Amino acid sequence: MKTQNIMIVGVGGQGSLLASKLLGRLLLQKGYDIKVSEVHGMSQRGGSVVTYVRFGDKVYSPVIDKGQADYIVSFELLEAARWTEYLKPDGKIVVNTQKISPMPVITGVAEYPQNLVEKMQSAGLKVDAFDALKLAEQAGSSKAVNIVLMGHLSRYFEFTEEEWLEAIEKSVPEKFLELNKTAFQLGRNG
Amino acid sequence: MKTLMLGNEAVARGLFEAGCSFVSSYPGTPSTEITEYVATYKEVYAEWAPNEKVAMEAAFGACLAGKRSFCAMKHVGLNVAADPLFTIAYTGVNAGLVIGVADDAGMHSSQNEQDSRHYARASKIPMLEPSDSAEALSFTKLAYDISEEFDTPVFVKMCTRVAHSQSIVETAQRVEVSKTYEKAPQKYIMMPANAKLRHPVVEERTRRLTQWAETCHINRVEEGSDHSMGIITSSTSYQYVKEVFGDQYPVLKLGMIWPLPVEKIRDFSKSVEKLVIVEELDSFIETHCKELGISCVGKEKFSCIGELSQNLIAEKLGVSTMAGAKLDTAIPARPPVMCAGCPHRGLFYTLAKNHLTALGDIGCYTLGAVPPLAALDTTICMGASISSLHGFTKAGGGEEKKAVAVIGDSTFMHSGMTGLVNMAYNESNGTVIIVDNSITGMTGHQQNPTTGFNLKGDPCTKIDLESFCRAVGIRRVRVVDPYDLQQCDEAIKEETAAEEPSVIISRRPCALLKYVKHNKPIIADSNKCVGCKACMKIGCPAISIVDQKARIDNTLCTGCGVCAQLCKFGALQNAKED
Repeated sequence: MKTQNIMIVGVGGQGSLLASKLLGRLLLQKGYDIKVSEVHGMSQRGGSVVTYVRFGDKVYSPVIDKGQADYIVSFELLEAARWTEYLKPDGKIVVNTQKISPMPVITGVAEYPQNLVEKMQSAGLKVDAFDALKLAEQAGSSKAVNIVLMGHLSRYFEFTEEEWLEAIEKSVPEKFLELNKTAFQLGRNG
Repeated sequence: MKTLMLGNEAVARGLFEAGCSFVSSYPGTPSTEITEYVATYKEVYAEWAPNEKVAMEAAFGACLAGKRSFCAMKHVGLNVAADPLFTIAYTGVNAGLVIGVADDAGMHSSQNEQDSRHYARASKIPMLEPSDSAEALSFTKLAYDISEEFDTPVFVKMCTRVAHSQSIVETAQRVEVSKTYEKAPQKYIMMPANAKLRHPVVEERTRRLTQWAETCHINRVEEGSDHSMGIITSSTSYQYVKEVFGDQYPVLKLGMIWPLPVEKIRDFSKSVEKLVIVEELDSFIETHCKELGISCVGKEKFSCIGELSQNLIAEKLGVSTMAGAKLDTAIPARPPVMCAGCPHRGLFYTLAKNHLTALGDIGCYTLGAVPPLAALDTTICMGASISSLHGFTKAGGGEEKKAVAVIGDSTFMHSGMTGLVNMAYNESNGTVIIVDNSITGMTGHQQNPTTGFNLKGDPCTKIDLESFCRAVGIRRVRVVDPYDLQQCDEAIKEETAAEEPSVIISRRPCALLKYVKHNKPIIADSNKCVGCKACMKIGCPAISIVDQKARIDNTLCTGCGVCAQLCKFGALQNAKED
């Protein structure tokens, strides 16, 4: 199988590490070769963060370069717009429409761009935009945005719902399991 | 069993399986998780040392006692440990001693981009360089065999992309290794007469290791169908090369980066029409080839600055790549920021307000240099704030107002305290501010000697900073709460006016610590807000101006109340606690 490339992007502290952990578990169960590349240290402090997930018969590079991502899963709208160059011509952006202002916007030296979903679409990009924060809150916690997004992403893959749920069970603490299962379902259907 | 592991976790697994039973490290991105993961194995004693030199010397002592031992550090940490390094290269080991060092090409979380491979050559210590998690595990185990067979410490060199990428590893059982200590003064007492005898031993060892490099399985040729070009590479660069070319060109993949083989490289170069060296950062393999008179292409194509990537390699070697669509819109940057509720914020606001020269240090508080706080003048290395402050004030810098040093609790223990001794001993006139957030923050919450807990989370001896500072001869020592701006301001004004060295401990635990209870979010009253933006001077990510009025993001705000103290109109109020 040709290597599939998924980029998970967002703002440091939004929980992208759990999303990549979940994907890693699922893909390991399925017997793929996998590489998952994360960011630690200073960039985690509210900065722009990116995680690369790659799987296939044999994966070499741990990172995804420009023009190579099959999917960009974005936890935040501006972050989706930041990484569009990494998408393949037929790639897809799955994006949470939540907006988090970066410091230059907060301090007034830059503006948060308007109508980003429309701008991405008119640039010819395939965009699947939805309010993951609302669904996460509906599931019981704003912190479940990561699992809601994974639920939404699951629609584009042929893995069964049971396989995803098994990976969730192995990735989250038991006391949050029900909440995360609900979040996954809301994301998958929403 | 097959499992997915972070490169650093795989090193830890390798340590466990190799029978390592002593680990001492100082945290530093991207090396930190090795020690955190190895601490989860009950068979391995693991600790945070106050700095890398102490860690390496402790690991040496443990190997002397007959236990396989290890220390981990980031590239700049190896500078701190360089003193013991160059001499344990002479003494060699008893049980195996492995040194983990992690470079940070691209400076994801570092102050420079130094290439640690030079240390292997300079100290004459062999260095293995894994390219994924499976190799991180197997090379760590192999490092112990080399260490004991050749009587030498051995480096396992990681880089950000190998350390922080997960890939599949196969795990095995642990073996137990134990030796006894026997006195050997000529081997271990490096006074000149003995050291003169050891140096030839080191040179002979390097000769034997070079021979080993010729035939060892980790320096391997991977055949290719097209011999018009051949590539020598290692580490993550190997992965990029294979990603671009697959099995098209022959590749000499080097698992041991020092000492480098001679005949193997010569033979490989003869088998291809053009030889290309693909390596991150400095010219190391390339220099070796050129010293051997082998013609090759390296840094004239690939920069010594930043990371490589598959696209970069493809383009430099004539393969076209195509980026996706770029939006025709300015995308504002999103730099890392101090967290909402960060105790450092109030302190930096006060420094900026008083227009002080502030010499900074390494940690989360380096973010105090970023606008709008912009409260720092320098950042060099661990501990440099205090020693530089001494020189700065002695040389007459900051005559009107005293200059200050800003250093974290962990960094103070690492190498700030010797600088403070110098200030007391040589009587300089500066104020040292220890920003004590009760944790090593930037690397992800590691304990340190001032927190009262050890690596495993058990209670232990806690160094009392106030007593420590007084004991070294500082008479003016006071503690402030950085959430209290008036208290901070008074302390800084008084201490910088005093005609002697002083210490202010700005104390409040990191807002991200699990035990820290947050207050209710600040309440913004849009009727009272006049849009003066005084609250925006502290760069808090929880405050923004919407329609000319201050707005609080309740999901981020911890209710620290620093912004409320800046509002003259009472528009920002602390919420009543239940």
